[in-house]
Amino acid sequence: MSLKVALFGITRDIVGTSVIELPAPAPTTVGELLAEMRRQYPALGDLRSCAVAVNNEYASADQPLHTTDEIALIPPVAGG
Amino acid sequence: MIPHLAITDQPIDIAAALAAVQTDTAGAVNSFIGTVRNQSGGRPVRRLHYESYDSMALTQLGHVIAQAYEKWPMLQEVAVVHRKGTLELGDVAVVVAVATPHRAESFAACQFIIDTLKQVVTIWKREEYEDGTEWVAAHP
Repeated sequence: MSLKVALFGITRDIVGTSVIELPAPAPTTVGELLAEMRRQYPALGDLRSCAVAVNNEYASADQPLHTTDEIALIPPVAGG
Repeated sequence: MIPHLAITDQPIDIAAALAAVQTDTAGAVNSFIGTVRNQSGGRPVRRLHYESYDSMALTQLGHVIAQAYEKWPMLQEVAVVHRKGTLELGDVAVVVAVATPHRAESFAACQFIIDTLKQVVTIWKREEYEDGTEWVAAHP
């Protein structure tokens, strides 16, 4: 199972693309995904925070991931 | 009661946002208008670039407004319009407008919506300076 992860703001700058595909065997939970992304892109660990969104909702570390999910990294927001 | 929500790359029409919340059952319309200012922490800012994850931003904005309706059941109408793309100094970045029967709740609900928007809505801001750019709030 592979996963596509959408990237916004500074996470897109760090990774260098707006969508990254993690090939199989891909992480199976939000926590594993974050750990894998930080391993590949250590600069993600320097951010004030980095959340993961699954299907437009903030997700907790133990949430399972599926190939059909819309997944995104969410660096610190700054609207308004 | 259906909130008027939008994320747009076009200039925000403040009058249209205020008109969207007008209702004969409300005696108070309160609004917050966020604009682009010329400095940030003392550093001169030339312009701003906003990026949005639209589908999630609208989903989260819907949650914020649902919370506002729970906290202020008398809340009548809500409009939130956020700009994205490149904004020049003085441009309107966001408008929040609420309508309630009386004024006290209108101030409180309007402040709650803009404060919570800033915490959860997936919009990012990159400030442009004379010598470069920086994503706001990205680093500790």
